[in-house]
Amino acid sequence: MSKSYLSIENLCVSFRSGSKVSEVLRGVDLQIDRGEFVSIIGHSGCGKSTMLNVVAGLLPVSTGAVILDGEAVERPGPERAVVFQNHSLLPWLTAYENVRLGVDKVFRATKSRAERHEWTLHNLALVQMTHAKDKKPHEISGGMKQRVGLARALAMEPKVLLLDEPFGALDALTRANLQDSVMEIHAQLKNTVLMITHDVDEAVLLSDRIVMMTNGPAASVGEIAHVDLARPRNRIAVDATPAYIQARHAVIEFLYARHAAVRAAA
Amino acid sequence: MSLPALKLHPEFAPTPAKPVTPAAILPMPRKSVSAGRVAQTLREAAANLLPPLITLIAVLLIWQLAAGDAAGGLPSPSRIWMESHDLILNPFFDHGGTDKGLFWHTLTSLRRVAVGFGLAAVVGIALGMLVGSSKLAHRSLDPIFQVLRTIPPLAWLPISLAALHEANPSALFVIFITAIWPIVINTAVGVRNIPQDYRNVGRVLRLSPIEHLFTILLPAATPYIFTGLRIGVGMSWLAIIASEMLLGGVGVGFFIWDQYNASRISDIVVALVWVGLVGFALDRFIALVGHIVSRGTAAN
Repeated sequence: MSKSYLSIENLCVSFRSGSKVSEVLRGVDLQIDRGEFVSIIGHSGCGKSTMLNVVAGLLPVSTGAVILDGEAVERPGPERAVVFQNHSLLPWLTAYENVRLGVDKVFRATKSRAERHEWTLHNLALVQMTHAKDKKPHEISGGMKQRVGLARALAMEPKVLLLDEPFGALDALTRANLQDSVMEIHAQLKNTVLMITHDVDEAVLLSDRIVMMTNGPAASVGEIAHVDLARPRNRIAVDATPAYIQARHAVIEFLYARHAAVRAAA
Repeated sequence: MSLPALKLHPEFAPTPAKPVTPAAILPMPRKSVSAGRVAQTLREAAANLLPPLITLIAVLLIWQLAAGDAAGGLPSPSRIWMESHDLILNPFFDHGGTDKGLFWHTLTSLRRVAVGFGLAAVVGIALGMLVGSSKLAHRSLDPIFQVLRTIPPLAWLPISLAALHEANPSALFVIFITAIWPIVINTAVGVRNIPQDYRNVGRVLRLSPIEHLFTILLPAATPYIFTGLRIGVGMSWLAIIASEMLLGGVGVGFFIWDQYNASRISDIVVALVWVGLVGFALDRFIALVGHIVSRGTAAN
């Protein structure tokens, strides 16, 4: 079981508030290989963000385990860098300083000052943000902030890159731009990526596999769809291919026919 | 699109522009832009300065008319000028003893504020950090702070005189105890309001507690801290004037009391204006420091 790079094994997460215990995730199993791009999709409240936070180490595991590269995840760390939904850049630092903060922390012992400077600039260039390196977060657009957030995460050279609905707050055109950038970077660096999304097209376009979550409480993995599209993918070229349509249909069928958000029962 | 319409209504057709050489046009906008900019700046300055100036003149006029020139009572502005222009024009004289210009009195008062307020700032920010980041500290200290902060500055004076015996340390203590509460409370609010996202960034980066303090806590709380410092410096200026009236010696507060005992009401009015201006300067100074330290994120 635990042969794969990132392994989530029989994961259960519950929160206690007072005497009430609410079970968010029950028995989640998921194996992710090195270099794989996996999306998690589900209705809101299905615990997909909880799952990402547990993998990040920001939330504790109740029972079960998250194992990355042979080591159990117990606390947050730069080898599981997160790109947060609302960018979470520190507003008193420039784009460069935000990225540099992570670089300094991770590579203090292994890289010289000049090398860390180069590495920071390299990662800003990777997300095409060199021109705004000396700007504060409030001086740049939402899409640019997410790019800097992505650079900060990439610069830590994480074993797995965690994306928490990274493009959810952006308009459709900016989102498409960023998705293309993420695909390019993934092709170049071959990172292992775990992404939370609620956008079916985004999931199909970017992922190798799409994990569909059942509705909460006590959600678990419902189905996993494979997206058999060759990389590099072009959003216009793949749009009408049978593989794309098939994967898209599988996800939509799961989300809206079999696991539609239950209102009366919930 | 509008061209056919123009053809249908020839009366609306634009009159053909007079042929103008570009050389004649080019220097024109440049001149008018720079002249316009100067005029704009002047107009803005006038818009900002004129209303308070007119108000001031109106107040002085009404005061002059209302006060009359009867002996005793509140002197009119013209009489204040007659009796106290030495004090206004020369704040630097020093005739020995307590007979000094306002500058020297202010310097003494400001020195006390600097020491008392400086201590309050250091202790207050540290306490605020503690109360803001620890629930236990908040529960145990906050109720006590809420009671202590409502005690008026002067009420502390007798007890600090009894405990410290001397005037100067007592004055410093009164400033300290007055200024510290807004600093503690605002710092604590600032620390408590730091978004969870910033904390998560710190956790993912595995910042040590010291790194967390300097890279996340302090910068994120800086705007709040400076709000507390501005309130604190204003309150310590209030406290020092009041306590100097009782303590005697040197200082603006003492000067006011001394002039009252000598029935020199005009000098008191001058000193009051002086106290107000210095207080205003203190407030702007802290705001400026806040603006620089927080790299522009603290409100001005």
